Amino acid sequence: MLASRHVDQATQAPVTHFPADQCCLEIDQFSLAYAGKPALQRLTLQVPRHRVTAFIGPSGCGKSTFLRAINRLHDLNESVSHSGEISLEGHNIHAPEMNVTELRRRVGMVFQTPNPFPMSIYENVAFGLRLQKRLAKRQRDDIIEWALTSAALWDEVKDRLHRSAWQLSGGQQQRLVIARTLAVQPDVLLLDEPASALDPISTLKIEELIRNLKSQLTLVLVTHNMQQAARVSDYTAFLQQGELVEYGPTDHVFTNPRLQRTENYITGRMA
Amino acid sequence: MKWLKSAMQQGIWPWLCAGCVALSLLMLGALLALLLTRGLGHFWPSALDEVTLQNGDVVAGEAVRDLPLPNRAGSERLYFTGNRDVDDARWRWVPVDTIKQQTRPAELLRLKRRTWGDFIGYLEAVEVGGERFSGHDAWEQVQQALPLPAPQRARFQLILRTPQGDTLRQPLSTVLRIEAPNAMHVGQKLKAWGSDVWQFLSQGPRAANTDGGVWPAIFGTMLMVILMSVIVTPFGVLAAIYLNEIAHQGPLTRLVRIGVRNLAGVPSIVYGVFGLGVFVYGIGGSLDAWFFDDALPSPTFGTGGLLWASLTLALLTLPVVIVATEEGLARIPDAQREGAVALGATRFEMLKRIVLPMATPAMLTGVILAVARAAGEVAPLMLVGVARLAPQMPLDGEFPYLHLERKFMHLGYHLFDTAFHGEDVQAAIPLVYATALLLVLIVLVLNLTAILLRHHLRRQRGSEC
Repeated sequence: MLASRHVDQATQAPVTHFPADQCCLEIDQFSLAYAGKPALQRLTLQVPRHRVTAFIGPSGCGKSTFLRAINRLHDLNESVSHSGEISLEGHNIHAPEMNVTELRRRVGMVFQTPNPFPMSIYENVAFGLRLQKRLAKRQRDDIIEWALTSAALWDEVKDRLHRSAWQLSGGQQQRLVIARTLAVQPDVLLLDEPASALDPISTLKIEELIRNLKSQLTLVLVTHNMQQAARVSDYTAFLQQGELVEYGPTDHVFTNPRLQRTENYITGRMA
Repeated sequence: MKWLKSAMQQGIWPWLCAGCVALSLLMLGALLALLLTRGLGHFWPSALDEVTLQNGDVVAGEAVRDLPLPNRAGSERLYFTGNRDVDDARWRWVPVDTIKQQTRPAELLRLKRRTWGDFIGYLEAVEVGGERFSGHDAWEQVQQALPLPAPQRARFQLILRTPQGDTLRQPLSTVLRIEAPNAMHVGQKLKAWGSDVWQFLSQGPRAANTDGGVWPAIFGTMLMVILMSVIVTPFGVLAAIYLNEIAHQGPLTRLVRIGVRNLAGVPSIVYGVFGLGVFVYGIGGSLDAWFFDDALPSPTFGTGGLLWASLTLALLTLPVVIVATEEGLARIPDAQREGAVALGATRFEMLKRIVLPMATPAMLTGVILAVARAAGEVAPLMLVGVARLAPQMPLDGEFPYLHLERKFMHLGYHLFDTAFHGEDVQAAIPLVYATALLLVLIVLVLNLTAILLRHHLRRQRGSEC
């Protein structure tokens, strides 16, 4: 039923073009190369606002590279070159007037392995806030509580906010990192295999969190786990060797893939 | 037999490796034991013997050691006899066979004096003003007078008798301590030993560095090392940050890195020559010409001094700090850097708030290594500012308090000077051991401080924040 809503009745092709007011990220002919070696080739797609979009594909297909391109983390690496355009809410992120730190605040990122800073839980969440305008302690405390609550961590840590973040379990650390990112109120949250280093129960918690966060922001998820993509995402993009193979509503991609390659990968029949 | 069987299976390598570790530890232990016994034993108030020889001579003093004579002609004993002002020698070798009689008189005294070294002999009488006390009264007068302040002590004159029968006058104001080691019990000896060690640590040298304490050398060493750390730490850390975090990681950076690592292996005397040429003559000479020309031709900064020595040693230890800090920076996972940047931190904010705090323990390791190296370095210091006897301390109550241009004393150089340039070699030997022990202890204390600081920082990061 969900699938039919997204499917163009005339052509039976899935709708992956969104009107401007529903489109959060627009990627147009985006290519990227590491020291001349292409990693992404002419990627063109639109990521809808307040939805979860999953990127799947074999290792080395460029999923993470793409994710890191969205908040310009590649700027740190001088050997990376790119062409084409990525627009966030209609603004080219590589435009000279774009403030990179502001872009990174608006596009939060959660990495594969939890990377809490070597400070207290409180300071971890406050890190992004302290980089910006000065806040009264009261106000900051409120934001931190809200962020930890949104990340479904508040009840577990409220009594030990000033303990080291490194004492938390892996799953808690990952939720702390999500809370840290949420605290600066981003528009987009990029998740790079956020549950791959976690146990099944922590994974379920993270997945539930992803579904709940949809109402607040746009999520882009990279995952190796087909079931996870099927469980949490609304749209799925399949990448292979730096190229976008197939993109559509998750139900559609998983139940009725357009291409044989996609089906082979999803069903695990790929060498 | 089980261990033997497993040893056979594992072959000889584990044993060889363990043997090397054991040998290193053994040698280290032997070194410390030698320094401890020889260095600290020197201050123990040993018994004083009075021996009468067959030819009628009387020798009184501390038996230091026996040496066998060649051709099995018995052995010879070395006595420390003091009384250099009386018979011009402080030591006497006595063939053991010629000793007719040996006693340990309880009244035999040892006086530590400001000049002429120790006196060994008897107290004949004490004169206070015009009054004369002798026998037991004299001893009591001395006991009462010793704690008095100097001007009051000046009224007392000691009449002393050498074991050979000569008398001499000794103003009490020139006497540092009087003890009768043969009459002392262990508790008193321990007390005397403690106060001797304390005097060694807290007083300046006497009698051309063959007697007295080493406080100026301790102070000079510490001050120089601290100044050096203050100079080298920011330089080394900033250079390491540039090399590891900011510079483009190309062949040039690699070349610079190799260069820095090789600088650590340059012989220290080369740094001394550089310091002398560039800091002392170059910069110091120019400073003199511009600011202290009224004092010329006597140099102010144009000669070796505390500042130039600290700078030279900072240069010497710079590679150590850079390498250690760089290794610390390289150990920080990129995920931490990316995490900070992904939250909207600029590179500077990322460095300041995440990278630097995480690299602090490594920086401290670098500083520890630098301190250990600098505190023990002597060769370059001889060229750029160390003195065998510095008349003034480099830090005192006189404006501007820290006198960077002054020469200073250093334990390592003091050790060298006492050992090889003293006129009284026998007297110097125990002092050399004591000074060496002290040098080891100072390096240990400086290192321990830094290690504790590092531990504290690590723990702070581990639990609380």
